[in-house]
Amino acid sequence: MTDDKPPPPADRTPPALGDFGQRLRRAQGESEQTQGPASGVNSRGLGLAFRMATELVAALIVGGGIGWFLDRWLGTRPWLLLVFLTLGMAAGMLNAFREAKRLEREG
Amino acid sequence: MEHEEAAAHGPLDQFTIDRLIPIHIGGIDASFTNAALFMLISVALVTWFLMAATRGGSLVPGRLQSLAEAAYGLVASALRDNVGPEGKKYFPFVFSLFMFILFANFIGLIPVPGSFTVTSHIIVTFALAFFIFVMVTLIGLARHKLHFFSLFLPAGVPIYLAPLLVPIEIIGYLTRPISLSVRLAANMLAGHTMLEVFAGFVIALGIFGFAPFLFVIAIYGLEVIVAFLQAYVFAVLTCLYLSDAINLHKH
Repeated sequence: MTDDKPPPPADRTPPALGDFGQRLRRAQGESEQTQGPASGVNSRGLGLAFRMATELVAALIVGGGIGWFLDRWLGTRPWLLLVFLTLGMAAGMLNAFREAKRLEREG
Repeated sequence: MEHEEAAAHGPLDQFTIDRLIPIHIGGIDASFTNAALFMLISVALVTWFLMAATRGGSLVPGRLQSLAEAAYGLVASALRDNVGPEGKKYFPFVFSLFMFILFANFIGLIPVPGSFTVTSHIIVTFALAFFIFVMVTLIGLARHKLHFFSLFLPAGVPIYLAPLLVPIEIIGYLTRPISLSVRLAANMLAGHTMLEVFAGFVIALGIFGFAPFLFVIAIYGLEVIVAFLQAYVFAVLTCLYLSDAINLHKH
C-alpha cells in the first residue's frame, strides 16, 4: 500500500482507490474548514449570549425558590431566601464560567 | 375596524391552548388540546420522515436519505465528542429528543391559521428537561453509586471551602432542567411573538407595509436557524449532562 506516494505520471490511470478514503477525508476537512467560520457567526454568537443569560437567570430562580420554600417551612423569613439567592448567583456564574471554558476549548 | 381586530387578535394569541376534545377524568382536565395534536403531528412526521428516508437504503443517498443521514451524523458526533464511546447506548434517546424538538420547532414555523409551536410552552420543554434530569441522575447513581456525589465537590478543593462550594454546586446542578427548558421555550416564544408583532405592522401600515414585510422575511430566516440551533443545543446539552453522569468531570 503506497499511501503518500502520488501515482506515477507516466501512465494515465486514475489515482488508485487505496488512498481514496484518505483523499476524501482531506477534502472533507478542507470544506469544513472553509465553511466553519463563515457560516452563521451571528446566530452562533446570539445563541451563546442567550445560553449564558439563561444560565445566570435559571440559577437565580432555583436559588431563590429553594430559599423561599425553606423560609416558609422553617419560618425564618427572609434570611434563608437571602442566603440562597446569593448562592444561586454564585452557582449561575459558575455554570456560565464552565460553559465559557468549554466553548473556549472547542474553539 | 382594523384596530379592533388587532386588539382582539394580539400577537400572543398564537400561544393559546384550545380544547379540541374535552376529556375530564375524575376532575382532572385531560382534554385533547391543540398542543397535544401538534405533538402527535410532530411524532407522526418524524416517523414518516425516517421511515421514508431509510426505506431505500441506497449506497448513494437520495435527498431524504441524505437529510436523515445528516441528522444521524449530527447527533452521533455530538454524543461521541461529549460522552465518548460509552454514549452510544443513549443514542436512540438523544436522537428521538432532537428529532422531536426539531420537527416541533419547524412545524410551528409553518404560517397557516391554527399553527401551534409546542416547544414555545415551558411546560412541554420543562417536562422534557425534567425527564432528562431525572434519567441522568439515575444513570449516574447506578453507575457510580455514592461516588456520584463527588460531582458536587470538584477535585483539589480545600476542605474548608466545601461547606460553601457544595451548596453552590448542588444549586448549579438543580439549575439544569430550568435553564434547559427556559432556553428553548423563551427562544421560541420570543421569535414567534416578534414575527407576529411585525406581521401586524404590515397590515396596519397599508401601502408602506412592505418595509416591515421585508423585516418579517429576515426574521423568519433567523427563526429557521434558531429552530434548528435550539434543537441542536438541547441535544448537545443532554449529551453534556450524560457525560457528567458517566465520566464525572473526568475529561
